[in-house]
Amino acid sequence: MDTFLQQIINGLTLGSVYAIVALGYTMVYGIIQLINFAHGEVVMIGAMVAYSTIVALSGGTGLPPALVLASGVAAAIPVCMAVGYALERVAYRPLRHAPRLAPLITAIGLSIILQHLALIVWSRNPLPYPQIIATVTYQITATAGGATITNVQIAIIGGSLATMALLLFLVYRTKLGIAMRAVAQNQQVAGLMGIDINRVISLTFVIGAGLAAIAGVMVGSYYGIAHYQMGFILGLKAFSAAVLGGIGNLGGAMLGGLLLGIIEALGAGYVGDLTNLCNLSGWSTALAQRCAVDSNLTLFGSNYQDVFAFLVLIAVLVFRPSGLLGERVSDRA
Amino acid sequence: MLVLSRLELAYGGIQAVKGIDIVVDQGELVCLVGANGAGKTTTLKGICGLLPVKAGTIVYRGENVTGSPAFRLVRQGLALVPEGRGVFGGLTIEENLAMGAYIRTDRAGVAADVERVYALFPRLKERRRQTAGTLSGGEQQMLAMGRAIMSRPKLLLLDEPSMGLAPLMVQKVFETIIAVAREGVTILLVEQNARLALEVSHRGYVMESGEITLAGEARALLHDPKVRAAYLGEAA
Ligand SMILES: Nc1ncnc2c1ncn2[C@@H]1O[C@H](COP(=O)(O)OP(=O)(O)OP(=O)(O)O)[C@@H](O)[C@H]1O
Ligand SMILES: [Mg+2]
Repeated sequence: MDTFLQQIINGLTLGSVYAIVALGYTMVYGIIQLINFAHGEVVMIGAMVAYSTIVALSGGTGLPPALVLASGVAAAIPVCMAVGYALERVAYRPLRHAPRLAPLITAIGLSIILQHLALIVWSRNPLPYPQIIATVTYQITATAGGATITNVQIAIIGGSLATMALLLFLVYRTKLGIAMRAVAQNQQVAGLMGIDINRVISLTFVIGAGLAAIAGVMVGSYYGIAHYQMGFILGLKAFSAAVLGGIGNLGGAMLGGLLLGIIEALGAGYVGDLTNLCNLSGWSTALAQRCAVDSNLTLFGSNYQDVFAFLVLIAVLVFRPSGLLGERVSDRA
Repeated sequence: MLVLSRLELAYGGIQAVKGIDIVVDQGELVCLVGANGAGKTTTLKGICGLLPVKAGTIVYRGENVTGSPAFRLVRQGLALVPEGRGVFGGLTIEENLAMGAYIRTDRAGVAADVERVYALFPRLKERRRQTAGTLSGGEQQMLAMGRAIMSRPKLLLLDEPSMGLAPLMVQKVFETIIAVAREGVTILLVEQNARLALEVSHRGYVMESGEITLAGEARALLHDPKVRAAYLGEAA
């Protein structure tokens, strides 16, 4: 099998989800320098709401599957937006001028609260996403047994690209988008332009939460499962992606997300081979004998996939804290 | 147009403005001069709702606006060009001007006003897609004034528009102030360059450590021996 190409495709799929989640972190950070650690939970809520909607609608209503899925997304978006709005309004706004640690701890508290609300509403069991649209696998290499791509992967990659294009249009071509960037640069002067800063900050949370809803549905459909804790690791990874790209930078979040997805997929694809002790057979006759019986003596398997995101996070923080596309903090106006 | 009565402003415990009275009438160009740290910027911030008012009132166009937030006052026709210009360095010149017109919905009028600003400051037109952070200090001052004009203000507050500019640029800035005033915009001008400010203004106020110490016709102040000694660099 063509591991490399296959892992690139898997990585792009995962990475495009990370990218749109990372955008939520980075937009909020860009405007009020807050890391909304509850953002991953908003993704989870999106996945859950879509799950309930899809389950409710696919039970013999006779609706076309695409419409059922679209309804799931359409239900998840406003619910997540409401959650995002409430988080900002109730928890973060009163702390806007508090020392930085206060909103950070609040964010962690909020994420625990949201997880437990989801646990109450949706139970502690992993919920199987109904397979309403049959997965179709396409061969993309000339030789049989090579790399493949599924319709779900195509939909995720295409959907994220479209979402990102829409967001870029909003931020760079509309009055609201210019106002968001103005508030990010100088709140006081933005107020002097007649911009209602609180409204713009609220909208930033709401837009980020809308992106999270879309991501939630994508993750649910991709892995076929939703769970009340799914937002935690996903959120941390997307946050790492945002840091990798340069937090506060939209292009950075996109690049960071895609790169992280690819790094993770390649890591998962090769970590087994690379950490196979049998690679060292030449050094030890005992090892060579052992490997002659079973050549698979890997230290770390692909279940170590999650480690890569955090290795990347640590490496970025050590070697390039401003991220790939990030400006130095002092450059901010 | 604007009436400040016994206005007091403070930063925490430090009283920066100690009960001042200032009146600016419709169509007037009034200046507020004084040494560093006198409280001029603080006064303007108080008027704009950027600082909480400790005591006293601000009446703007017959309405008590004490405590109104900045973004509301802008919608009522008040604009401030802040000290140090306050352009959005990461936004292009076009975008900065668009933010000046944020409260307006008349697209055609806004487009016409953008052209008016470009006519006033051709340099800005040449660079309209450049980020404002790349402009020189003088160009940034032009942009800040152009941006304020974009909101079609009724009352324009200017905080040291000539600060840090070369003489030629200072002249350009003052010409613009006069031109804007001629169009009927009421202006309250804060300046350290007292001579220039008094020369273009109708009336003036002199501020010293948080208090108004002198007020009157600008021409009279220009000839006042105390003003000449303290602010115009002449022996009394
Ligand atoms: N953010 C602040 N916190 C505390 N004190 C301040 C603050 N800003 C200004 N002050 C103090 O308030 C007083 C008035 O300052 P203000 O900026 O209004 O003076 P100014 O007349 O504008 O001076 P300049 O001509 O130098 O701009 C000064 O003593 C100053 O130190
Ligand atoms: Mg000042």
